[in-house]
Amino acid sequence: MSTLAVHDHGVAHHDDHGHEHHHNQSFLSKYVFSMDHKMIAKQFLITGITMAVIAMILSILFRIQLAYPDKTFPLLTTLLGRFAPNGRISADFYLSLVTIHGTIMVFFVLTAGLSGTFANLLIPLQIGARDMASPFMNMLSYWFFFMASVVMLSSFLVQKGPASGGWTIYPPLSALPKAMPGSGEGMTLWLISMVMFVASSLMGGINYVSTVLNMRTKGMDLWKMPLTIWALFLTAILGILAFPVLVAGVVLLIFDRSFGTSFYLSDIVLNGVQQPYEGGSPILFQHLFWFLGHPEVYIVIMPAMGISSEVMSVNSRKPIFGYHAMVYSLIGITVLSFIVWGHHMFVTGMNPFLGGVFMITTLIIAVPSAVKTFNWLATLWRGNIRFTPAMLFAIGMVSFFISGGLTGIFLGNAALDINLHDTYFVVAHFHLVMGSAAIFGMLAGVYHWFPKMFGKMMDEKLGYLHFWLTFIGAYLVFFPMHFMGLDGVPRRYYAFTEFVSMQRWLTVNTFITWAAIMAACAQVAFLYNFITSIFIGKKATQNPWESNTLEWTTPVEHLHGNWPGEIPTVYRWPYDYSKPGAEEDYIPQTVPFSQTMSSNLPHDFEDNPKGLEELNKFTSTLKANEQVK
Amino acid sequence: MMAQIQKGNDRLDLAPKKFNMWIFIFTSFMFFAALTSGFIVYSGGKGHGLNVIMPDAFKYSTAVIILSSITLFLASKAAKGLQFDKQRMFLWLTFVLGVTFFAIQVYAWYVLTYKMNIFLTDTNASRSFVYIFTGMHLVHIIAAILLLLNTLRGTYKNIPQVRNMFKMEMTSIFWHFLGIIWIYLYVFLLLNQN
Repeated sequence: MSTLAVHDHGVAHHDDHGHEHHHNQSFLSKYVFSMDHKMIAKQFLITGITMAVIAMILSILFRIQLAYPDKTFPLLTTLLGRFAPNGRISADFYLSLVTIHGTIMVFFVLTAGLSGTFANLLIPLQIGARDMASPFMNMLSYWFFFMASVVMLSSFLVQKGPASGGWTIYPPLSALPKAMPGSGEGMTLWLISMVMFVASSLMGGINYVSTVLNMRTKGMDLWKMPLTIWALFLTAILGILAFPVLVAGVVLLIFDRSFGTSFYLSDIVLNGVQQPYEGGSPILFQHLFWFLGHPEVYIVIMPAMGISSEVMSVNSRKPIFGYHAMVYSLIGITVLSFIVWGHHMFVTGMNPFLGGVFMITTLIIAVPSAVKTFNWLATLWRGNIRFTPAMLFAIGMVSFFISGGLTGIFLGNAALDINLHDTYFVVAHFHLVMGSAAIFGMLAGVYHWFPKMFGKMMDEKLGYLHFWLTFIGAYLVFFPMHFMGLDGVPRRYYAFTEFVSMQRWLTVNTFITWAAIMAACAQVAFLYNFITSIFIGKKATQNPWESNTLEWTTPVEHLHGNWPGEIPTVYRWPYDYSKPGAEEDYIPQTVPFSQTMSSNLPHDFEDNPKGLEELNKFTSTLKANEQVK
Repeated sequence: MMAQIQKGNDRLDLAPKKFNMWIFIFTSFMFFAALTSGFIVYSGGKGHGLNVIMPDAFKYSTAVIILSSITLFLASKAAKGLQFDKQRMFLWLTFVLGVTFFAIQVYAWYVLTYKMNIFLTDTNASRSFVYIFTGMHLVHIIAAILLLLNTLRGTYKNIPQVRNMFKMEMTSIFWHFLGIIWIYLYVFLLLNQN
C-alpha cells in the first residue's frame, strides 16, 4: 500500500527527466531497473520460464516417487539431502513438492509469466502507446514479482522444508505452525511471497487497465482492438477484483497463525493437547480463497485464449470468426467467474440448494467457452493455414481446452462431484484445461512474438519437435489420470499404490512418469532454441508473419517510445486477412480505406456515410467501365 | 536517470496516472468488501453475534476524519486559486487531523481491550474482526498520510502548478475514499453490534 507514495515519486522523476532526449542509458537502467515495457516483458518472460523449469523438475521428482514407491535412488539423497533420506523422497517433502509445483505453475508461471510478459509487451505495442500509464509502477511490479519468486524458492533452504498444505493452503494445516513440518517457516515464507506477488499483480493489472482505457492511439476504438488486448484487459480486471479478496483471506490467516485469533480455527487437538482456539470456521477461508481462486483460473486461461485467437487468425490468413462473439464470450466468462466459486466446495457440507445454484452458474460457463471453441474451429475452416510452431501451439491449446473442458461439465455437477472430488479426475481436468492449454497459449505467444521481443527468429524445426513431443507427452500424462480418478484414486497421496485396491495403478503410474520425463526432455529443445536464437538466430524482418496489428509497424531495433516518429493512426479492425479484392492477403490496421478502394465493402462504412458515398461512386464507375468494355 | 521516455510531440499526459489511482481504490474497496463479507459469513454461519456496543471513541474519530476531508477540500480549493500559503496551511491541518484520527483509533483499541475486555484473540472471532477492520483501515491511513506529506513537500519546492494540482488530486481521491470506507466500516459495525 505504501506503493502509492512511491508511485508518486515516479511521477516526479518523469517531470525532471521526461523531456531530455537520447540519454545514454546505463546498464542498470537499461537491463535491470528498466522502465521500458518491452524490457520488463522480457524480464517477466525469462523469470517465468526459469520458474516453469523449476516447477517442472519438482513434478518429475514427485512422479519418480509415484512410479517407484519401493525403489531407492541414492542420487536423490545426494541431490536433496535430508529431504530424501535413504534414496527415497520423504512423505513430507513429497507434499512440499506438490504444493510448490502448484503454486509456482498457477501464480508464478501462468499468471505473472503469461500476463506479465504479454500484457507488458503487447498492450502498448498493439494499442499504439509509447509505454504504460505508469512505467515506474510497472518496474516495481516486476521487482515485486522477482522478490516473491526468490522468497518462494528460498523456502527450500529452511530446515523443515517448504509449505506443504497444497497450493490452496487450507487451514488448519496452514494456520498452525506446528501442524506438520511444512506448516512452519516454509508456510511463513509462502505467505510473505504471496503478499509480494499480489502486490506485483495488482500494480501490473492497474497499469494494464489504465493503459488500455486511456492511451489508445487515434482511431483505435475498443472494437478495433485485437483480441489479445481484449483478453489481457479483461484478465487484468479479474485480477484487480479477485486478488484483494485473497489478501483479505491471507490477512486473517496470518492473524490466526501469529496473533492467536480464531477466524478459521476451532476444536483443534494437536499432539494430544487441546488448543485454545474456538469458534473459527475453516469454511470461511475456503470462501475467501475460492472467490479469488476461481477467477484465478480464468486469469490463467484468458490471455492464452487471446493469444491463440490472434495467432490462429494470422496463420489461417482469415479474419477471426465471430470477433464480437469472441469479445462478448470473454466478457461473459469474466462476469460468470465471480459467481461459481462454490463448485470447489460442494463437499464442505454446503446446503444442497446452494450447491444447485453454483452448479447452474458453473455449467453456464460452458456456453461462452463453446462459443470460443467453435469460433476457433470456424477460423481454421478453409483457411490458408501456415503451420508455424506458434500456430501448432495455438491449435494445441484449443485441443486441450476441448478435452479438458468436457470433464469440467462432469466436475461442475454437484452430485457427480461427491464421487470425483479430490481424485485424479480433478488433476486430469485442470492440468488439461488450464495447465496444458494455458502453457500452450503461452508458448504460442513466445514463438509468435519472439521476433518482436528479440529481433531474431526461432528455429522452426526445433519448434516442431518441441510441439509434437510436448503435445503427445501431455496427453499421455494426463489422459490416464481420468480413469484413475473414476476408480477413486485420491490426489496428493504419497504412496496410494500401497492400498491393495489401488495396487493395479502402479503400472499406469510408471507409464505416466516416463511420459512426463519425455515431455520434460522436449522442453530442452525449447530452451536450447530460445537461448541460442536470442544470440545467433536469423535476423527478423519487420513483419515476419505478415500480420495486421500495430506492433509490427515498429522498427525491429527496440527504442524507448516504440515509434521513431508519430504514433500511427488506426483505420480498420485488425483482422483484414484475405479480403477479396485486396492486393495482398493482409491489410495492416494503419492502411486507410481510401488506399484499398478495390477491397472495401459496404459494412466497412457502417457509421461513415461519406465513406459509403465514396464507395458507391467507386463501384458505379467500375460497373460503368465494365459496360463500356 | 531512469525515466527517459521520448515524448516527441505527445504531451505529458497525467490522466492515465490519475486513473491508476481510481483503479487502486477499486482494489482497496474489494479488500474491505471481502473482509466485511467474511464477517457476515462468519457471524451468520456460526451464530456468533458481535454483542459489543462500539466505544464512543469511534464517534469522535468519525467526526475527525470528516473534518479532515473538509480541510483537504479547502486545500484543493486554495491550490486551484493559486493561494499556496493557504493550501499549505490546510494541508498541515489535514495532516494533523489524520494523525489525530490514527491516535483516536488506537485509543479505541485501548478502550476495547482494557475497559471492555474485548480482545483481538477473542474466541468469538466477530470481535476480532473489529480490530482487523480498524487495523487494516489504519494501514491505508498511513499510506494516505505519506501521500499527503509528499504533496506537502511539493508545495515547498515550488513545483509547476500542473504537478501541484495533480498531486492534490491524487491525495484527495485517496483521502476522501478512506473517509468513506471508514464510515462504511463504522456503519457496518453499528448495524451488526447486537
